[in-house]
Amino acid sequence: MSESDRTDAARYWRGLEERTPDAALQAQLRPEFTPQADVAPQGLDRRHFMQVMGASFALAGLGACTRQPVEELVPYARPPEDLVPGRPLYFATALTLGGFASGVLVESHTGRPTKIEGNPEHPSSLGATDRFAQAALLDLYDPDRSRAVLHLQRIRSWEAFLQVLEPALEAQVPLQGAGLRILSGSSTSPTLAAQMQRIRARFPQARWHRYETVSRDGLRSATLAAFGRYVEVRYDFSQADVVVALDSDFLTTGPGCVRYAKDFMARRRVREGQYGMSRLYCIESTPSATGAVADHRLSLPPAQQLACAFALAFECGVHGTGVLGPAGAGDLEKWRQIIGLDLREHAGRSIVIAGDESPVELQALALAMNQRLGNLGRSVIVSEPIEVEPTSHIGSLRDLVQDMRAGQVELLLVLGGNPVYDAPADLDFTAAMAKVPLRAHLAFAEDETSENCHWHLPLAHELETWSDARAHDGTVSVMQPLIDPLFGGKSMHELLAVVAGDKERNGIDIVRRTWTERLGADFDTRWRRILHDGVVAGSEEPLLPLELQRDSLTQLFLGVASDLAPRLERRNDSLEVVFRVDPTVHDGRFANNGWLQELPKPWTRLTWDNAALLAPATAARLGLANEDMVELEQGTRKVRAPVWVLPGQPEDVVTLHLGYGRRRVGRVGTGAGFDAHPLRTSAGLVHASGLRLRPTGEQVKLACTQLQHAMEGRHLVREGSLSEFRDHPHFAQEMGHGVHAPTSLYPGFEYEGRAWGMVVDLGACTGCNACVVACNAENNIPVVGKAQVRKGREMHWLRIDRYFEGSAEDPRVVQQPVMCMHCENAPCEPVCPVGATSHGKEGLNEMVYNRCVGTRYCANNCPYKVRRFNFLQYADQETEVLKMLRNPDVTVRTRGVMEKCTYCVQRINQTRIQIKKEDRPLRDGEILTACQQVCPSDAIIFGDINDPNSKVAKLRQQPLHYGILEELNTRPRTTYLARVTNPNPERGAAAGHAGDVRGH
Amino acid sequence: MPQIFHHSTNTLARVTIFGAAFLVAAALGAATLLDRSAYWTRQTEVLKQPVPFSHDHHVGGIGIDCRYCHTSVENAAFAGIPPTATCMNCHSQIWADSPTLEPVRESFRTGQPLRWARVTDLPDFVYFDHSIHVAKGIGCVECHGRIDRMPLTHMASPLQMRWCLDCHRHPEKRLRPRAEVFNVKWEPPANAEAMRAQLAEEYRVTSMTDCSTCHR
Repeated sequence: MSESDRTDAARYWRGLEERTPDAALQAQLRPEFTPQADVAPQGLDRRHFMQVMGASFALAGLGACTRQPVEELVPYARPPEDLVPGRPLYFATALTLGGFASGVLVESHTGRPTKIEGNPEHPSSLGATDRFAQAALLDLYDPDRSRAVLHLQRIRSWEAFLQVLEPALEAQVPLQGAGLRILSGSSTSPTLAAQMQRIRARFPQARWHRYETVSRDGLRSATLAAFGRYVEVRYDFSQADVVVALDSDFLTTGPGCVRYAKDFMARRRVREGQYGMSRLYCIESTPSATGAVADHRLSLPPAQQLACAFALAFECGVHGTGVLGPAGAGDLEKWRQIIGLDLREHAGRSIVIAGDESPVELQALALAMNQRLGNLGRSVIVSEPIEVEPTSHIGSLRDLVQDMRAGQVELLLVLGGNPVYDAPADLDFTAAMAKVPLRAHLAFAEDETSENCHWHLPLAHELETWSDARAHDGTVSVMQPLIDPLFGGKSMHELLAVVAGDKERNGIDIVRRTWTERLGADFDTRWRRILHDGVVAGSEEPLLPLELQRDSLTQLFLGVASDLAPRLERRNDSLEVVFRVDPTVHDGRFANNGWLQELPKPWTRLTWDNAALLAPATAARLGLANEDMVELEQGTRKVRAPVWVLPGQPEDVVTLHLGYGRRRVGRVGTGAGFDAHPLRTSAGLVHASGLRLRPTGEQVKLACTQLQHAMEGRHLVREGSLSEFRDHPHFAQEMGHGVHAPTSLYPGFEYEGRAWGMVVDLGACTGCNACVVACNAENNIPVVGKAQVRKGREMHWLRIDRYFEGSAEDPRVVQQPVMCMHCENAPCEPVCPVGATSHGKEGLNEMVYNRCVGTRYCANNCPYKVRRFNFLQYADQETEVLKMLRNPDVTVRTRGVMEKCTYCVQRINQTRIQIKKEDRPLRDGEILTACQQVCPSDAIIFGDINDPNSKVAKLRQQPLHYGILEELNTRPRTTYLARVTNPNPERGAAAGHAGDVRGH
Repeated sequence: MPQIFHHSTNTLARVTIFGAAFLVAAALGAATLLDRSAYWTRQTEVLKQPVPFSHDHHVGGIGIDCRYCHTSVENAAFAGIPPTATCMNCHSQIWADSPTLEPVRESFRTGQPLRWARVTDLPDFVYFDHSIHVAKGIGCVECHGRIDRMPLTHMASPLQMRWCLDCHRHPEKRLRPRAEVFNVKWEPPANAEAMRAQLAEEYRVTSMTDCSTCHR
């Protein structure tokens, strides 16, 4: 390695530890794996060791000598229609998050759903899904789901509950339902809307309250101020040249994020001779996945961020925003001019977007800027609300608490959600709820709220339910069940039908009733069409031509601005706190989902925990380091949390992720993380100032994947700016050490016929993690738990490496999905003593589990560190319900076996057999690997590199194309396209692209 | 000084030393033989079934086509075990009162499936696909033997990997015209070799010996 390499390599770093001058700590980081020495039993001498190992080998050998056991064949008595055992069927349905639907196609093997794919016909999906939809499958088969109706923790039946509920409802009829309250999350379901109307007809005084942690209240209030009414706002990123995101993680979370990622990345796909590219500015108060993709990212505390947004709005000419004066000191002022100019130059072709969790003022500024720039109706589309009866969640919850406290509520039905856990602390929801004489909670698993209710009713999973829901653009989907409720759960509709006193009590009858009214004539044909397609064609909400109400907005801005001035003055004695839902377990509803718990979070790469995120400078000032336990104090409320020092976090801001620290949750989520809700009040739902932090001197262990898989600082991630690419298209290929002509005594292998290969477009990757969960689901990858992750034993076949670049205060982030490279000269193969890994004729590096004896030589010899070893029996082969989860086409691995990415060989084989039977050539794109299929931004492309017309072969000809560690002559089949960013030329080198990228 | 050991000890020592080598070799040989034996592979074992179903009678005697019961053999990896309803197509009329068939009728009445013991059972880490073998002109009898002569069904092949590979390395040796795949009585013609070579070309039969062909 030459000196220039060394400096170049140092540009990218994985964690702050790497940049420390502390030699001892540096030395600790050198090994590629965390030391395993502590695993070996202590006090064992060589002779004893040989004895034990000798006996083990002999016994292991004998253990292999089992006679094949006799197994059973159990055919159907009467076979269902259309079902061929061994061939999956696909059904179109939808999954919702926060009420909004994402269309999916679910693979079903003899009646059990085994994999979820996006529905190409659905506008929010276009064939891809987010990580939550992928993980929904594990929720369905969660062994900790509730299995019975409970009354005061004792098992009862649904009928017994109805015997209590129906008289209670009857008693409400003369009162017109004045004592009846229903609390649920957001919903977009037309059936639910119809049911609510029928409930109102029966109980005119009854009230329906809504609450979600991600309430989107800010956007609702902003549209109320801007248009005088609730409207829905959606975005068309295919129309945007410049995007400014204010705390918005639009690429990976929220309604429509999958579609947004697809549209946004389609505008950034640069190839030789094709240089059009949009630009993304992120101005955020806590690092987000979208921020990692940004061309320019400004990390500001909430008050400064708001001031910056004001300044930008003023720059765009928004009325009433000039009151604040300059945005701040030099640099910020310059940013205002630069971004403002960029926006103005792209008026009508830009988007200003605020996050789902952002407060009203930020949302209103974004709306006003979009209006002023002429984006409304072009890239920003305003339509009728898509939610049923939109309302302010916090207002709605506050009303409910007041009524409960006043003793006006006699019957409370909580449909889903977990308000005891996630309601703002100052409302004291639990105490207020205790005053309700009859309360029932319909929930997926027993949780904090069911504990505080008289009745707990098991909620059916969305894959077990008839329902309907609407997409981010309003397109309606009818949801059909893939399987009968495993544990006898009921849907919301089935409970509401009882409340409404309807005679239809079955999910299908209830939903059909709505659609019989809607579809009218020719019902059967159209109904079947809708169920088949998964969408109601042409049902998206049209654009609403609305005028912005300038006066009410100006009023709002003036009010906010006068409050803002004092907040901008730095106070050194206290910190600001920012609340966000967790990127993997969301608001806590996925806390018992092992796939999501073990998913490394963007930026921090933490698993199984949340932490108080601090900027390096803040941590240094307070004398804190990673894993230090601190006590956080906000007013009179206190919470204990571990510290994580995160480069890129704004100074003096502590980010706390919600969704962890669940007190009543299944075996997976128990003990994971801390609960930040006690600090969150209804006045400071998003951020609050005045947080005090006190070190406790204690330490906890966190499981972070950040410092594993060190790649020794070679040119693994390669990137350049658009102008660099234009002037010098081959910059990426010149960055490597060059591939020397291979010297070998043997002639090379000629790959005739097909040759599989994969190209990963680093420029398109958002690091959303959907591919990692999809791979888990497709390939039966086990969850190993926090203790094993800490030892570096996570089993993910596909990981996303995250590298920082630049300063610790304001780093840029580069992300790189890494899976098996299927090297043509695979270093793992020759070292296997039993031939368990070998090379296929089509170039697959194959892994034969039943041959593997677990020497781990292959993993030690793999330069990419993509092989995973089953140190323990990770796959749960005991729990009955989890057996239904497995993909029957992939072996469930046992202890002592090596495994790794196979390019989804089961899919390759299936298609190969199919085309052979049909005697036709392979069509490009016919085989999709699980990661490719789920990728919202089409960053992963797989195919036959021997077919010159295939997408993957063409990408391999691109100047941006490069392979990692090619200098080792491994000849990887998985290769990359270098990332190209589009920094504003006005900012020049300051934007982060050092000019001396090329070392050779 | 008298000798400690008797003369015969020399012989004993020789026999022991050479015998040990022989014993190890014999043990390995015996293990190999055992591993390949029909006992170990259960090749000739007749398993206890809920109903003593006879392929000899149904295929050999009546001449029912394989696909009448094993419906998915051309479309799926799994050839398919007939649902009770298929049995009852005939047995609601024929032998409708036979006590032997009571489990079948009971299954049909109650909807509870029959639980057959699996005769031809590959290890779970092998992914075999019937449909592609049938499509390439491999007859049923190549693996299942003369099923039409089995009053009670047993495995006709050892189903060990070496046996699979025998054919996968030289698939052309086992080919027959597609039309004859389900004909259990088909005999290769005199010019079998030439015909098979031609079929191999026509059906594009290739030797598939990558590990991932069967293991994944």
